[in-house]
Parts: sequence; C-alpha cells; structure tokens
Amino acid sequence: MADLRVNVCGVELKNPVTTASGTFGFGHEYADFYDLGTLGGVGAKGLTPEEQLGNPAPRIAETPMGILNCVGLQNPGVDRFIAEEIPFLRQFDTKIIANVSGHTVEEYVGIVEKISDADVDLIEMNISCPNVKCGGLTFGTQPKMVEEVVSAAKAVAKKPLIVKLTPNVTDIAEIARAAVSAGADGLSLINTLLGMRIDVESRRPILSNIMGGLSGPAVFPVAVRMVYQVHQAVDVPIIGMGGIRTGRDIVEMMLAGASAVAIGTACIADPMAPVKALQEFEDFLDSHGIASAAELTGALQL
Amino acid sequence: MSIQENGTVRENQALSHNIFALTIDAPRICALAQPGQFVHITCGDANLLRRPISICQAHDGILKIVFVVKGDGTKWLSQRRAGDVLDIVGPAGHGFDMTRLGEKPVFIGGGIGVPPMLQTMQAAKAQGAQPTAILGFRNADAVILEEDFQTVGTVYTATDDGSYGIHGFVSDVLKEHISEYTSVCCCGPKPMLRALATIAEEAGIPCQVSMEERMGCGIGACLVCVCSLKKENGDTRYGHVCKDGPVFDSKEVQW
Repeated sequence: MADLRVNVCGVELKNPVTTASGTFGFGHEYADFYDLGTLGGVGAKGLTPEEQLGNPAPRIAETPMGILNCVGLQNPGVDRFIAEEIPFLRQFDTKIIANVSGHTVEEYVGIVEKISDADVDLIEMNISCPNVKCGGLTFGTQPKMVEEVVSAAKAVAKKPLIVKLTPNVTDIAEIARAAVSAGADGLSLINTLLGMRIDVESRRPILSNIMGGLSGPAVFPVAVRMVYQVHQAVDVPIIGMGGIRTGRDIVEMMLAGASAVAIGTACIADPMAPVKALQEFEDFLDSHGIASAAELTGALQL
Repeated sequence: MSIQENGTVRENQALSHNIFALTIDAPRICALAQPGQFVHITCGDANLLRRPISICQAHDGILKIVFVVKGDGTKWLSQRRAGDVLDIVGPAGHGFDMTRLGEKPVFIGGGIGVPPMLQTMQAAKAQGAQPTAILGFRNADAVILEEDFQTVGTVYTATDDGSYGIHGFVSDVLKEHISEYTSVCCCGPKPMLRALATIAEEAGIPCQVSMEERMGCGIGACLVCVCSLKKENGDTRYGHVCKDGPVFDSKEVQW
C-alpha cells in the first residue's frame, strides 16, 4: 500500500484528490453517494461577498468530451457559507478549500479577510472566472493586476492562499511568476477556457451569456501543458485541474508538476468519479511499486 | 435521494420512427421512484453528460422510459438491446405533489411530455382519485401510449393537424372541460405549460408543471439547469430543474 499523503502549502491531505470548485456545490449532493472523507479535500463552490444569482438558462452546452458553462458564480454569499456550509463539511474527515472571488481589489481583500477567520484549511482565490462580465478576467490576464490583487489579499490572509489561474492568457508562466512574487503560497490551474457554441437551426448562441468556460477531458492536454510550464517557472505547490477523469490522469498531472489535483467536470458526468479515480490512482501506485504519491510531483523525465 | 444502479435492459420497443420505449431491470431505483421524477443515464463512451429522461413507469422492479431521439446520446440509447447494461442515477428530482390532486385530477401531456403522466395518473387512481388524461400530439404518427392511459381512466387525444382524435391543442380541451377537474398536472413544451397554467389559475385550481432545461449533474450540485421562479416579493429567484423540480407549482414559475 502506497503512502497517498501529499502536502499543499503546509496542509497535509490524506491523498491528492480534491474536487474542483463549481462542480461540487457544497458537497451535500455527493455525500448521498459516498463519504466525503474519502477525498483529500473538497473545493467548495465559488463565493462572492454578497449572494449572487448567476446567469439565466441555458447555462450549459455539451461539446465533444467537454462542456461549456456560464453559471455566473451563483452562490449564497460568503456569510451563509460560513454559517451553514462549513459545519456541514466539517463532519467529514477532509480538508476544506474555500474558493473566493470579488469584483474589485477591495472586495477580494474583504472576502479573504473574512474567510481567513472561518474554519477552512486552504483559500483558493479565483482571479480567472470568465463568466462575470465585470469580474475576475481582467485581474487574471494582466501581470500587474495579478500582483496588485494577490499582494493585497496576501496581506490579510491567515490561511494558505492559493491563486487559481486562468488559461486564457498568452504566457501562463509570466502570470504564475506575478502571483508568486506577490505572495501566493500556491497556485491552482487551469480554470476554464473561454468558448462558444451556436445553435445552427436558430442561429443563436446556445449559452445565455453567449460565451462560457470549456472544461472536461477535452481540455486535459492544455491543463497538463500549463501545469508543466508553471512548475518550471515557480517553486510553490500546484493543484492541477482541467479534464481529469481517471487514475492515470492524476498520475500524468502530478508528473507535470502538480502536488495535488482537483476533479471537476467528471463529477458532473458521474457522481462517483473522484472515488473511482482515487482507487485507480492507488492501484497504479501499487502496481508500479511507487511507495509515495508525493514522489510523482514533477517527476517527468525529459 | 438518488442512487446509482446498473440496470439491465429487458426490451427495446420502437413506438414510432424516433420514439423508443425501454424496459429495464432496476429494482433499487424503482423502489424509490415517485411520480414525476426522472433518471439520468450514461449514453456510451462518446457522450460525456448523462441524459435526463422522465420515468414513464416503475413497477415491480421494472423501469420503463420513453424517449425521443434528438442527438447522439438518445440515438445510442435507442440502439440498446435486451441484456445490455445501463449506468443509471435516479430517481432524481422533485415529482408531483400527490396530496394536492383532489378527487378529479387531469393529467396533460404534450408530445414527449406524455410518458411521465402515465405513472402519475396510475398513482392518482391508486389513491382513489378519478383521473382524466388529455394527450396532445403533432399528428397521428406521433401518437404514443394512448392505450396505456385508457386502462387508467378517461382519455382525450388531440392532434395539432386533426389527423387523429380531436383537432386542436390540449389547452382547447382543458378549457372546455375545466369545470370538471380539481387540479392539473402537466408536462410538455413551455408555451403549452404556460397556457394550461393560465386556464387552471383562472379556474382557481392547483396546477403543477414539469419543466425542462439543459442539465449537468442532475443532482443539484452544478447549478446549470436554472428555472426562473417568483419570490414572495415579486423578485426573481432561481430554482434548479434537477433538484427543486422538474415539477413546480405553476404560480411559482416566472413565465
């Protein structure tokens, strides 16, 4: 039996499998299918300072081996998460990764400060959601804006701050360096790739917001490439995500440089996906005589 | 609460050129199923998302679904044969509130909205009601399940072009007979549901509508299948078709 434990910014996860924010709600629905304590961590739905309704329907379009979504950060607001959802998640022996967003630097500072005082293990700061018109995209695509918002948030963060990067940039390494130089304790990537589908009968966009974020197995090679580039560029732990579905995908993402992974769209297709992938991952380690999951991180041979 | 079950196909029957009925051994899901709920089925390796399909019947461990072939997923499903195994999550969603039917409920389906009304009408009869069905189809070729409904109660069948049964819409039939009923339950295209809801509301009887939306997880986590609902103060709030629905009170819906 391999040692599955991994360390992310000083927090020990019992295994490297977490769930990607936005695909997992606050865990209630999946808790009907399995013990959330099976997972190394749970990435909770993205939070904003106030409740946000999100976009009208349709919010999803299927595409070969992927989906486009424009949920628009629907969430009950950070205060209700702290009051109602943390106590629920704390029933399970798993780490809580809170995901926060804002529309201005001040909002990011406010929400990071607030969530720091709550009982969460890691803070994932979303500077990349492509869905909200006046939201994170601007921050995550310009190194100067990344530095400004991350350094301001880091100044008030009392828990490890993981900055979630958007792939919709020319040079992901440059953005990663900006985040780390501003104090990011870790990075997570990739968020969704901006995409669009059109209904050829009606000649109208399928999504209410016209464009949406592409995720699922279709984006996996892009995610592996970007995790590799970021791992080459900076020296902080990375949570790798983007289209992971199987145990072998987890191994691949870790070889590229991830210390842990998040499974997202696969949960939508199959509620048991993270548990199945974890079992496959464990079987892979055992069948290959790998003693510790952690030794896979960045173990790519060139 | 939904569960995952591997169901084995018993029979695949073509009801028309593009509508199929599958009967599936799925005893655990059938034991939990309530009228108006749906199942979420993985449709082959090439289709990432499951396909939500309403439950037509769930008796004695045998699940019956009736679906129209719309894309690659439902096409794959239409090609299943006896003995094939299906990965099913269900029963999902919030079905019809059977305590609000009264003595003479009417069950109205339009097109592929017809199948879920069968299970619901049977359950109404089982609890002592005298149910009626109003079934609407585009034309004679599209008529399905009429004989199954006739074993449960009175059935009016209408076609848009008059090629079978009553010439007209289900809303025309409802309007004519509305004084005979104590409640309306319906499933079909949104304009149809809206028209039926208006008639029921004017008559002052409860109307439950089964809605449809592009869906992701089917269990309430991913939040994509929103339906605009009215708050008490008139503001909009979003419900989710997969978990809060598919059945909503017509007065809640922001048409």
